[in-house]
Amino acid sequence: MISFGIPYLAVVGLILIGLFALVFKKNLIKMVIGITIIESGVNLFLITLGYREGSIAPIYTSSPGGIMSLPVPQALTLTSIVIGVAVLALMLSLVIHIYRHYGTLNVNKIAEGEK
Amino acid sequence: MKMSKRNVLGIVAFSILTVFLVFSMLMLHFGNIHPFGNPQENDMDSYIISNAQEETGANNAVTSVVFDYRGFDTLGEATILFTAVAGVVLLFRRLKK
Amino acid sequence: MKNSEGMSKIVKTAASTIFVFTLIYGLYVIAHGHLTPGGGFQGGAVVASGLVMLIVVFGSSWTMKKIKEENLSILESFGAIGFIGLGFLGLLFTGIFFKNFIVGHNMFFGMIPDFGSTIANINTGGVLPLMNFAVGLKVIAGLFAIVLVMAHATSSYSKEAGKK
Repeated sequence: MISFGIPYLAVVGLILIGLFALVFKKNLIKMVIGITIIESGVNLFLITLGYREGSIAPIYTSSPGGIMSLPVPQALTLTSIVIGVAVLALMLSLVIHIYRHYGTLNVNKIAEGEK
Repeated sequence: MKMSKRNVLGIVAFSILTVFLVFSMLMLHFGNIHPFGNPQENDMDSYIISNAQEETGANNAVTSVVFDYRGFDTLGEATILFTAVAGVVLLFRRLKK
Repeated sequence: MKNSEGMSKIVKTAASTIFVFTLIYGLYVIAHGHLTPGGGFQGGAVVASGLVMLIVVFGSSWTMKKIKEENLSILESFGAIGFIGLGFLGLLFTGIFFKNFIVGHNMFFGMIPDFGSTIANINTGGVLPLMNFAVGLKVIAGLFAIVLVMAHATSSYSKEAGKK
């Protein structure tokens, strides 16, 4: 399984699912969920870059011996997850305000009501 | 689906992005740029794994990278969290009569 | 049953019991951030999800009356000031911003473990456990404030829409 590069295919699958929900769906909540799925795919890609074959976690407490994975991509992924949470909170509060103003969540009806 | 102009544009953009993503991921693994399982040996990670216990005194290498070797990035992340909370509370504030 | 009132008495009793265990688990993950996997952000998310369970069970109106959002913003500011203050203390004692000024000296968290696989000792770590506590407090107050404000605003809106 190592020789096929399966985590890279999982990243491509996640990003494509998120892009499909973002481009082809007309409900605002479904588009927000698509953006979140794209962020999950990007976080998985960051962690995949730092794996060494047959290694253990980079922690020294009662560890069995062996080579360790790279710790720096794991630290950068932590920051990326927190940024995803912050963007999701702001997007959802804007969706609540749009629903309160227009009464519907369909993108086409909002664009017609704007004219 | 209706064949309006927007739908055709969406299908074209989606297929171009699909081809680009699949090609780049296959190129990363099979083209030996960054194969899954052995990254290149760089000096930064070898230094951190060897010297993190002695310089920071912590057993956890990831926490020592987040808070000691790269503490400035964590300061920026704390600012992002603070800005997001301030923005959400600001949007739901009602004028008290 | 409206959306902003609480649930029945059995659910309230069970949730009050489970919340104590969730709080202990979250504080354990925050406090041992320099020895085991975890740290400030992860433990703060655990405790915040336990507090969101309280919003679901007791209703958003009751929770908003008990815990006002000004107290939550004061708690979050304490976390942020503590985090930056530790950076400035490093600038004060030695000449470098964010330097670990406790490691090696004879202070509270100042031991250095041996090299290789050791048994965990909480007395090590330097300035890292203090930073973990500050960031954990900030994440708890911030995530709880976001969910509480959103739940309270939409609950009163659904009451107005019901009257129409």
